[in-house]
Amino acid sequence: MSIEQDRRGFLKCMSWAGSAMVWTVAGGIPRSQVIGQADAAEIGFSFAQVSDSHLGFNKPVNTDVTATFQEALGQVVAQKPAFMIHTGDITHLSTPEQFDTGAQLLRATNLQTYTVPGEHDILEDNGKSYLNRYGKGTHGDGWHSFNAHGVHFIGLVNVVNLKGNGLGDLGREQLEWLEKDVKGLSSSTPIVVFAHVPLWIVYQDWGWGTLDGGQAISYLKRFGSVTVLNGHIHQVMQKVEGHVTFHTARATAFPQGVPGVAKGPGPAPVPPGELKNFLGTARISLVTTQSPLAIVDKPLAG
Amino acid sequence: MLFRKSLLSACLLVPMAARSDEAQQIKIDNFTFTPATLTVTKGTAVTWTNHDDIPHSIVLTALGVRSKPLDTDSAFTYQFEKAGNFSYMCGLHPAMHGQVVVK
Repeated sequence: MSIEQDRRGFLKCMSWAGSAMVWTVAGGIPRSQVIGQADAAEIGFSFAQVSDSHLGFNKPVNTDVTATFQEALGQVVAQKPAFMIHTGDITHLSTPEQFDTGAQLLRATNLQTYTVPGEHDILEDNGKSYLNRYGKGTHGDGWHSFNAHGVHFIGLVNVVNLKGNGLGDLGREQLEWLEKDVKGLSSSTPIVVFAHVPLWIVYQDWGWGTLDGGQAISYLKRFGSVTVLNGHIHQVMQKVEGHVTFHTARATAFPQGVPGVAKGPGPAPVPPGELKNFLGTARISLVTTQSPLAIVDKPLAG
Repeated sequence: MLFRKSLLSACLLVPMAARSDEAQQIKIDNFTFTPATLTVTKGTAVTWTNHDDIPHSIVLTALGVRSKPLDTDSAFTYQFEKAGNFSYMCGLHPAMHGQVVVK
């Protein structure tokens, strides 16, 4: 079996909920199983995803988002990832104070951090307050790519020109850059794409998706393993489409409503004492045997 | 009695005539502008107030007006000097639409 066939057959994606139940997807067929810490410990290279810290938010559902972000970062550091990505909405209102708090907390981890902006990070100065801090070495509104441990990482920006119901948009310039960026790569290179708004349409009525996300994915279809990591919706959702696994992470700030259930996409109330079941981080590991990448979501509680 | 009634009517008419100087309110609640269409006279100052737990902003595309992000209970006021139909949306959630009709 070629490497590519292996990847096609055994793409495995793990989501670890508070109950420690896990669902895996092998060849596109989901099944659940129980997983313990030991399973995760076998994994070699891993990186962490944090998202939606919304520093500055102070509403009743979470009056101390700095503390929950700090706790999440503590968990990340304990897992000793190679580096960390933040999939946007670092701040709530793009103020200098909120950006400064974020920079201090991220720096304290001593981990290399790669970021993409959320729409809350570009509310002032046409996004310059974000780019001044995180734009070095990036293109356009902050998109970029890098290689680590044989994996090609691509950070995309889909929050600058929201379309229709608030759907994300990448735009022609970024799509052309993406097409060129992956052109010279071997199809066996594992690809990780990260962006704030989900690249697939999760729920159009609330603008939870990216209008031209399908175009971006079309450039990646030839690769044996593509993992797409997003934030924005403050809850875990997954979808597998051929070799492409889409995954959204929990926020570290507050949960949002469930599409089709909640009356709107704003912060969702939680039962007293249960906030940390709804917040968390994700760890993504390169599995060197048959499964290239695995995602383990970890709630702040438990 | 007849005289008194006339006086009362005259008093009621005064505020109507002075309407262009009055502030008009648009409420933002659960990602919705209320009223969705507001009709005012020229010179009226319209104030949008955000009652959601998440920021919104006001973008009046035709007028090139863009508010700062409005956090909970924050407000933005714009005085409409020209007649016309002015559509607006939330800069963070473009699904949120409204219209101010200025006569």
